[in-house]
Amino acid sequence: MAELTGASPSADAPPRLVARGVGKSFGEARVLEGVSLELRGGSVHAMLGENGAGKSTLMKILAGVERPSTGTLELDGVAYAPLGPVDARRRGVAIVHQELSLCPHLTVAENIVLGVEPRRAGLFSRADAVTRARRALALVEEKSRQISPLALVSGLSAAEQQLVEIARARSADDCRLLILDEPTTSLGHDDAERLFQVLDALRGRGLTILYVSHFLDEIRRIADDFTVLRDGKLVTSGLIADSTNEELVAAMAGEAVQHRAPATRPRGEVILSLQGVAGARLPRDASLELHRGEVLGIAGLMGSGRTELLRAVFGLDRVKRGEIRVAAALGPASPLKRLGQGVGLVSEDRAHEGLALELSIAENLTLSKLSPLGRFGFLSLGREREVVTGFIERLGIRARGPDQRLRELSGGNQQKVALGRLLYHDVDVLLLDEPTRGIDVRSRAELHELFGELAARGKALLVVSSHFDELLTVCDRIAVMHKGVLGAPEPALGRSERQLLKAAAGA
Amino acid sequence: MKSLLRRPWFGPLVALALVYVLFAFLAPDTFTGTVNLSTMARQTAVVAITSLGMTFVILLGGIDLSVGSGVALTGVVVARALQSGMGAWSAALLGLVASTATGVVNGVLTARAKITPFIVTLGTMSVLRGVAKGLAGEQKIDAEPRGLEHLMGAGAATALPAGVWLAVVLAVVAALVLEITVFGRHVVAIGSNSSTARLCGVPVERVTIAVYALAAALTGVAGVLEFSTLTVGDPTDSLGLELEAIAAVVIGGGSLAGGQGSIAGAMIGALLMTVIKTGCTHVGVPNWVQEISTGVIIVVAVGIDRLRRR
Repeated sequence: MAELTGASPSADAPPRLVARGVGKSFGEARVLEGVSLELRGGSVHAMLGENGAGKSTLMKILAGVERPSTGTLELDGVAYAPLGPVDARRRGVAIVHQELSLCPHLTVAENIVLGVEPRRAGLFSRADAVTRARRALALVEEKSRQISPLALVSGLSAAEQQLVEIARARSADDCRLLILDEPTTSLGHDDAERLFQVLDALRGRGLTILYVSHFLDEIRRIADDFTVLRDGKLVTSGLIADSTNEELVAAMAGEAVQHRAPATRPRGEVILSLQGVAGARLPRDASLELHRGEVLGIAGLMGSGRTELLRAVFGLDRVKRGEIRVAAALGPASPLKRLGQGVGLVSEDRAHEGLALELSIAENLTLSKLSPLGRFGFLSLGREREVVTGFIERLGIRARGPDQRLRELSGGNQQKVALGRLLYHDVDVLLLDEPTRGIDVRSRAELHELFGELAARGKALLVVSSHFDELLTVCDRIAVMHKGVLGAPEPALGRSERQLLKAAAGA
Repeated sequence: MKSLLRRPWFGPLVALALVYVLFAFLAPDTFTGTVNLSTMARQTAVVAITSLGMTFVILLGGIDLSVGSGVALTGVVVARALQSGMGAWSAALLGLVASTATGVVNGVLTARAKITPFIVTLGTMSVLRGVAKGLAGEQKIDAEPRGLEHLMGAGAATALPAGVWLAVVLAVVAALVLEITVFGRHVVAIGSNSSTARLCGVPVERVTIAVYALAAALTGVAGVLEFSTLTVGDPTDSLGLELEAIAAVVIGGGSLAGGQGSIAGAMIGALLMTVIKTGCTHVGVPNWVQEISTGVIIVVAVGIDRLRRR
C-alpha cells in the first residue's frame, strides 16, 4: 500500500495537476489522444510506456515546450496553458531532461541562478548567487557530500550534474511540479539510490514529481501512482502498490502480438563471438555467438547499452574488457579494419551518422569501397552508375535514379541505401541498430523480407530493436539486454513480446 | 597561487615572459629601452581594443570578420567629418556611431535571421570595405586632425599616449563586465550551451545583438586611434586585422566553440604577437620568419591548451 513509504500523500489531497482530454497531432499523425489524468500533491507519479507511446509529447506539453491540440490543463485548480518553457517554469513546472543540460563553462552557482540572477546595484552578485545555490543544493542532498557552488560544472560527475539540474529546477519560484525524464540512464546503481533519497525528501516537502521511466524496479522503489500510455492513449492508471509487475507489463505491451515464427534456416559456423565485452560505461557484460545464416536480435530499452554494444563491436567505441572475435581475427579493431574483416554497421542515427543526406544515392552507396570503381584514384562514374542502378532495382529503392539526393527520399528508402552500402561492400556480418526506426509499414515489411533473404544466403545479422514484435518476426534467436548486461540468446520461437519486455524492464 | 596556475591565460603569460627575456638577451641595447616599450604599447593598442570585442563575440560562440573593414570605415568617416569642418570630438563620435551601427546589423542578421555569423560578417567585411572606398573616392583622405593626432602620437617618445591608456581602461572595464555583470554571465552561458540558456529565460537574441554592437563599438574606438596614428583616412587600411584579433583571443585560451576565453588572455595574446614582431625586427630576423613564428605560436598555444584539458 501507499503507506509503505514514510512521506506518502494522503489520498484526499486536492490534485496538483489535472489534464482533461489532452491530445496532440503533428499534421496527420496523432501522437497523443484524449489523455486525462490527475497528479496528486506531494506524490511521485510514474509515467510508463514503450518507445513511441506518447510519454515525451505529454511531458513536453506539461513543460510548455509544445502546446496541446486539444484538451485543457489545470494546476492547483487554476487553468494552466504555458506560453513556453520559461513561462512554465515561472508558474512552477520544471523539467529535467534526459540529456543533462547545464552550461559546462559556468560554475554550479551560476548555472543554478541562470536567467534569474541576483543583482546588487545592477551588477551580478556573486555572494547572493552562492548563498542561493547553497540553499538550493541543500534541498537536494545531504550535508556531508555537498557540491561546491564555486565548482565548474564541466568537472562534475554525471550524478552531481543531475543533482545540480534538480536543484536548479527546484529553485524556480514556487516549484510545484518537477518532471524527470528517465533520470537514471546516465547513473550507476549507487548514484540512482542517492537520487531516490533526494526525491523522497522532495516529496516529503510537498513537491509533485512526474517520473518517466521504463524500469519497473525503479518505479516500484520510488513511485506512488502510475499511468501507462500506449499508442498515444492512456491505458490504465492507479496505485503502484495495488498492481503487479505482470499487470504493468501487460498494460505497456498491449495485446499479445501474433509472432510469426521465422522459417528454420540451416545455421552455419560461428562468425562473430563476444566474450564478456564491456565498454567505458556501457555495455557492462555481453557474450554471444553469432552464426552464419542467423538473425540474432538484441532486445533492450533505451539506455540499456544495446547501441553501445554494436559500436564497441564495430570499433567506434573503446572496448575496456572482454574478447571480440570475427571469424579468425581476434581483438578490438577500427571500423576500417572491421569492414576489411567483413563486418558492417547501420547506425540508428540515419540523418547524422549513417548517411550523408546531401549526397546522392550513388555516392552514399559506394562510399565504403571505391576501389573497384576506378584506377589510380580516378573514379569511373559510368561503372558506378551501373553498379548502383543494380542495387536500386534489387532493393526496390523508389528513386529517380542513382543521382538523386538522399534528402529527397523517404526514410524507408534511405534505410535501404544504408543497407545497400553493406551489401555492396559484401560484408558477412551486418550490425543493424534500429533498422526500421521511423519507417512506414510497407518499407518495414520489405526490409524484414530482405533480412530473411540475406540470412538464407549465409550472412549473419545482429539486429537491435526496441520494437520487440519486430524482433519476434525476424529473428531466429533473441537476447535481452538490461542495464548493460546481455542475457543468453534463446530461440525466438515461442517467446512473447510481454516476456521480452518484462526481462528488458528488469521486472 | 594554485588557482593562478590553473587560469587559462597562465601559459600564454609564461610564453610572453620567455619571449620578452629572449629578445632582451639578444638585443640588450635597444629592446628593453623605454622608447621601445612605448613603441610596442602603441603598436598593440589597436589590436588590443579590437580583441576586447572579439573576446565577447568568441565567448558567445560567434565570430566577427568585419573588424578590419570596420576600422578602415571608421577612419574614413572621421576624416570626411573633419574635412567637412566638424570638431575633433564630434568627428570621433560620428565614426563610433557609424561603426556601432554596422555591429547592430551583424547582430540582427545573426540573432534574428539566424544566419551563421561567419557568413554574416564575411559579407559585412566586404560591404564595409566597399563603403569605405566609395566614401573616400578610392583614395586616402587628408584631413586636419584638429588634435586627434595627440591620442596616439606626439609628446615625448618615452611617454605613453592617451590612446594606450584608453586601451588599458577599456580592458579593465571589459573584464569587469564579464566578471560581475549579469550581461557577462549571459554571454558565457549562451556560448556554453545556448539551448539551456534559452530554456532558463536568458534573452539570447538581445544579448547576441548587444555583443556584436559592443564589438563594433570597440572596433570604432580602434578606428579612431588608427586615424590618430595615420592622420589620414585610408580605406585600404587594417586589412586582415580581424585575424590578428582572433589570434590574440585564441592564444589567450579562447575557444571558437564558445564559452571559453578571457580579456586577460586576449591582452596577453595581443602583446605576445607585438613582442615577437618587434623583437624579430630588433634582432634583424626577416619578416617572413616573424610570420612563420607567429603562426606556429597560435597553433602551439591552442595545442597545449587541448593537451592540458585531457
